[in-house]
Amino acid sequence: MTGSGERFYTPAPDDGPDPVKECRVSGTESDEDRLRNTTRVVSRSRRSFLAQGTALVGGGLMAERAVGPATAQESADGPPGVPPWMTTPGADTGAQPYGTPSPFEKNVVKNIPKTLKQYTSASVRTPLQELDGIITPNGLFYERHHGGVPEIDPAQHRLMIHGLVERPLVLTMADVRRFPSVSQIHFIECSGNPDFKAIRAGRTASDLVGLVSCAEWTGVRLRTVLEEAGLKPGAKWVIAEGADSAALTRSLPIAKCLDDALLVYSQNGERLRPQQGYPLRVLLPGYEGNMSVKWLRRLNVTDEPAYSREETAKYTDLMPDGTARQFTFTMEAKSVITRPSGTQRIVPGFNEITGIAWSGRGRIARVEVSVDDGRSWQEAQLQAPVLDKALTRFRLAWSWGGEAAVIQSRATDETGYVQPLFSALAGARGLNSFYHNNAVIPWRIAESGEVSNGYPKA
Amino acid sequence: MAIPRRDGAARPMGASPATTPAAIGFSAIGLAALTLAALTLAALTLVGPASAETRYGIGRPATAAEIAAWNIDIDRDGRKLPPGRGSVAQGGTLFAERCAACHGEKAEGGLGDRLVGGQGTLASATPVKTVGSFWPYAPTLFDYVRRAMPMNAPQSLTDDEVYAVVGYLLNLNGLVPDDAVLEARTLAAVRMPNRDGFVPDPRPDVP
Repeated sequence: MTGSGERFYTPAPDDGPDPVKECRVSGTESDEDRLRNTTRVVSRSRRSFLAQGTALVGGGLMAERAVGPATAQESADGPPGVPPWMTTPGADTGAQPYGTPSPFEKNVVKNIPKTLKQYTSASVRTPLQELDGIITPNGLFYERHHGGVPEIDPAQHRLMIHGLVERPLVLTMADVRRFPSVSQIHFIECSGNPDFKAIRAGRTASDLVGLVSCAEWTGVRLRTVLEEAGLKPGAKWVIAEGADSAALTRSLPIAKCLDDALLVYSQNGERLRPQQGYPLRVLLPGYEGNMSVKWLRRLNVTDEPAYSREETAKYTDLMPDGTARQFTFTMEAKSVITRPSGTQRIVPGFNEITGIAWSGRGRIARVEVSVDDGRSWQEAQLQAPVLDKALTRFRLAWSWGGEAAVIQSRATDETGYVQPLFSALAGARGLNSFYHNNAVIPWRIAESGEVSNGYPKA
Repeated sequence: MAIPRRDGAARPMGASPATTPAAIGFSAIGLAALTLAALTLAALTLVGPASAETRYGIGRPATAAEIAAWNIDIDRDGRKLPPGRGSVAQGGTLFAERCAACHGEKAEGGLGDRLVGGQGTLASATPVKTVGSFWPYAPTLFDYVRRAMPMNAPQSLTDDEVYAVVGYLLNLNGLVPDDAVLEARTLAAVRMPNRDGFVPDPRPDVP
């Protein structure tokens, strides 16, 4: 306690008294109290440090120190000169066998609706407005399940490949991992992100488009595994089935399977999370998320689609004339400003506008930002790397003058496709198609600096 | 690059006995040959199997019995429907016991989807998508119920029971008579009202 760190309290160590030494010498009552106070804090902290061995000690220690000797050295609104976390050893190295975020980040969690009828077939969202960069932490990846999250022992898991193949195969997870591996960064997005009728209900970026996440995936090319089995002539579709309680089934077009599709077992360097299909899932870059079948256990190579419930009754897009678009695979170009965004509050002066853009058709070519309700657009800076079918981070320097404003972004991908306004999308498809809403998302900024959903009232 | 079909995994890709380094002596000629062989090996390893004729030899064959046990995919035309049969009446009893808690006594919906009604609403402002109004193929109903329902105990119904429940739902939607018995042939023959209601993806359609 009397090391150089403690002396940092004194304004001028060379010509002023060391407060700790001074209190020992002078022996005044108040100084003794201060010293006892300090000693008690340290001994308490050591006890709990030894007892718990966790980083959570810091919170209690800080609360005690608020009335300790450091108080006098603090400015009115600044941090303590020598903060309590510098005056006692921290948590043990390796105290957390699997690291978790700081307890001060406890509010950065998945966006879980509170009032769903059931949580077996449901979805929860990534808190996009809390994240930086383009990679979604594994613990915050969005979830959409149709029969809950199975707990699968990888030793018991098998992948069967059958149908129009020369050599039907059964693969263990060890087998799958023996194939040549590849790692690629791609987004996955739920096709209903959000429902056309839900755009005004969302308060945050997560509420509106939190069913998109992005990770580095590692696995084997689906093409490699299909060629190992040997495709027979007439193979046009691959019916993928999950080992969840929904035995979720989607038909994957063979061209995609032989192009950039993967069978993945790892996500951001570690094995897939159970919520993401542990131990094995399909990844179809740029296609609607439910096609990247999780907990994959079977690939049935066929000459026609399964026409499963998920590609007839669900995940088809109802048009105003009563027909429904089927096999609407591609997630079209989209972007959203994540800061400033709904429920945040800004102050006048410099504010960086930043967000994410992505396209199921390839790379993002350009993101434009409007700060005047769409009257004019400025080109935002794209943060490298700009990857194929991956989230791309964009930024625009902006100085806010304190006036009411509507800000929004629009993405253009490398095919030249431009993210449409909601009015154009709804004009073409009506409001009942539910899926594939990739409209521009406006945020309204009030004179108070409060940011809210900027879609015009219906 | 001839790789044996079943034992390709026993040695590195592309390494035939003639080019295995151990088979080559340490003479100058041998070293040159070794270098050449190593380069060839490296190139082949990078490329991997170049066609369906070459393989890694990973995994084991799936037997016909295993495939039959695992494959529960039913096609839209019902050619792959299994043997078995069930009546609308049997389905009504089963539905009350196993399905109504979520889907409602008359399949009007609840915790689970509404399964009945809605015909003629798809082009309206408030479409009601149900088995009767929206599902295009009756065999798909068998496929889905067998694999995923009831949600609290999927794959617990026998094929006879699945036929019965499917028959009951079709009957509730006015698509089979009260005395119908569903089996592969009769289920495949049911023509769903929205069979022709699906169109290909025309996107990009906007802007």
